[in-house]
Amino acid sequence: MGKTLFDKVWDAHVVDAIENGPQVLYIDKHLIHEVTSPQAFNELKERDIPVFRPDQIVATADHNTPTINQHLPIKDLLSKNQLEQLSDNCKKNNITLYELGHKYNGIVHVMAPELGFTQPGMTIVCGDSHTSTHGAFGTIAFGIGTSQVAQVFASQCLLLSKPKSLRVTINGKLRAGVLPKDVILYIISKLGTNSGTGYFCEYAGDVFKNMSMEGRMTICNMSIEMGARGGMIAPDQTTFDYVEGREYAPKGEAFDKKVAYWKTLPTDVDATFDKEYFFDAEDIEPMITYGTNPGMGIKITENIPNINDASFEKSLEYMDFKKGESLINKPINFVFIGSCTNSRIEDFRVAADYIKGKQKAQNVTAWLVPGSKQVESQIIDEGLKDIFVNAGFELRQPGCSACLAMNDDKIPQGEYCVSTSNRNFEGRQGQGSRTILASPLVAAAVAIEGKIIDITKQLN
Amino acid sequence: MRFLLKREMTMEKFTTLSSTAIPLDIENVDTDQIIPARFLKATDREGFGNNVFRDWRFDKNGNENPDFILNNKTYSGNILVAGNNFGCGSSREHAAWALTDYGFKVIVSSFFADIFKGNALNNGLLPVQVPADFLKVLLSEIKNKPDTQLIVNLELQTISIKGTSFKASFDIDAYKKTCMINGYDDIDYLLSKKQTIEAFEAKKTY
Ligand code: SF4
Repeated sequence: MGKTLFDKVWDAHVVDAIENGPQVLYIDKHLIHEVTSPQAFNELKERDIPVFRPDQIVATADHNTPTINQHLPIKDLLSKNQLEQLSDNCKKNNITLYELGHKYNGIVHVMAPELGFTQPGMTIVCGDSHTSTHGAFGTIAFGIGTSQVAQVFASQCLLLSKPKSLRVTINGKLRAGVLPKDVILYIISKLGTNSGTGYFCEYAGDVFKNMSMEGRMTICNMSIEMGARGGMIAPDQTTFDYVEGREYAPKGEAFDKKVAYWKTLPTDVDATFDKEYFFDAEDIEPMITYGTNPGMGIKITENIPNINDASFEKSLEYMDFKKGESLINKPINFVFIGSCTNSRIEDFRVAADYIKGKQKAQNVTAWLVPGSKQVESQIIDEGLKDIFVNAGFELRQPGCSACLAMNDDKIPQGEYCVSTSNRNFEGRQGQGSRTILASPLVAAAVAIEGKIIDITKQLN
Repeated sequence: MRFLLKREMTMEKFTTLSSTAIPLDIENVDTDQIIPARFLKATDREGFGNNVFRDWRFDKNGNENPDFILNNKTYSGNILVAGNNFGCGSSREHAAWALTDYGFKVIVSSFFADIFKGNALNNGLLPVQVPADFLKVLLSEIKNKPDTQLIVNLELQTISIKGTSFKASFDIDAYKKTCMINGYDDIDYLLSKKQTIEAFEAKKTY
């Protein structure tokens, strides 16, 4: 029987297996950041265990960094201490770190692919659930806890049971204005937030084949939001073209050899999956969420469903929305375009294209936070910054920012924020804040109008 | 299992637990609720219990929210019985640290998110997954009779209400079970495999 893309990559990395137990999986690349690594470094130190393969680790500072005045000393002492510990730990253990201000600094899931660190056929882990992003390259990539960060430090391996396989196929052509973010919000709204638990998901079909690498990253990024450990898309010419020439990518003959191998990775035609789902591209429209988990999404033109369920009602109460109501014309005071889901250059191009020549609504505070220093430079070089600034938007410096509000970028209590990030949990963007997830196009339109609008009217 | 011989004890051992329980009848409890991001600035593992479920336990001014179950003194114990899909969202192990630091040793739910489950097991916190209808009865029993004693037996993989025949069995990976019972962790095992790992590196083909 044929093998899936996931099987091929997984099987190539199995070092050993425990009888009736997990397998020892080899990890090619380990990404770390300031929040989930300090306790792992401490554990190693306490147990007197050296870092086994420091050259397979790359570090960045992102979760806790300020997005203004990055050249100044950090005011928050706890944040400062966490960043200093990261620098110190990396230095002591010979780990490459792209610290705050470095030209390669950025959100871990934006900067690593940009540097060519992420390549097809690899296993990549990071103490961060959105590590699933890297699956866009045909990579097995998933988030781990801090104990596992320590395990990878110690052995470059993890003990894991092989997950089950799931495939989501979408064929056809997407409508105008339907972005990768809408596709993934649509999938999660249909399947629910725990449909993928215990599974690794492959995305297949025309829609993903025709998607850019940036779009594929947006898709795989949110696999965790349906419970899946990770998502994958078969590597193809789009993937190879993206990787070629990047800093850490293999060069010349070595690259050609890799490509020949990467071409063998796509799922065999006779391979089978434990679960399969099919959707039609034409059914997908611009999406928006109304509740406190990413599965609570509707087409922007739809009304909030009528469901009698305590959790559902609790969620609507938090959001101050009513069953059956439409979100169109809801006033919105905050818009955030950023996070590892939608902070790549394409996202800012889409936003700029819509914003050009328009003015932000008076009531709106609109933050644009690039995913990395490189994206920031692209925004400036392509002249997008001028468009944003002229329209009244605030272009900030790279980082996770209001995606999790660990730094000062918080949405005030009770306020709605239309956000391109990935989680609308209670208080995710600041205590008492209310998050509405959407694509960069919808977010840009909301910023201009100061309220949620039916974007489909402008598209047709 | 052969590998267990030369390992040291690094985690607290777990065999059986008899305790009253706290009923947290909420579904989709995500790790942002268990420990909000603003408390993740610490660089050690201690003290997170003070802020477990922070924004449900306290209001903005730091006053206890009397409606939240953890503030209801009628309920106590080392077992948290929670609604479906517990621990979804962020991979932060701080969630497991916060729950253990607060005093929980067992979490019962009808469904756990993958990463949380792994994090819990790596910290000696036992996730007990039970059928949805069992959970429903369990929650109402505890709510009605706060002194209900639950017995969790890891060896037999069962959870029951003391003095009744009400019982369910739960699954756990055989390897993880051995680790929990003996207080071992994965690093010890992986270190014992160093030579195999190096041999793998030398001949990997991809
Ligand atoms: S941008 Fe948000 S989701 Fe992505 S890594 Fe940062 S905090 Fe996590």
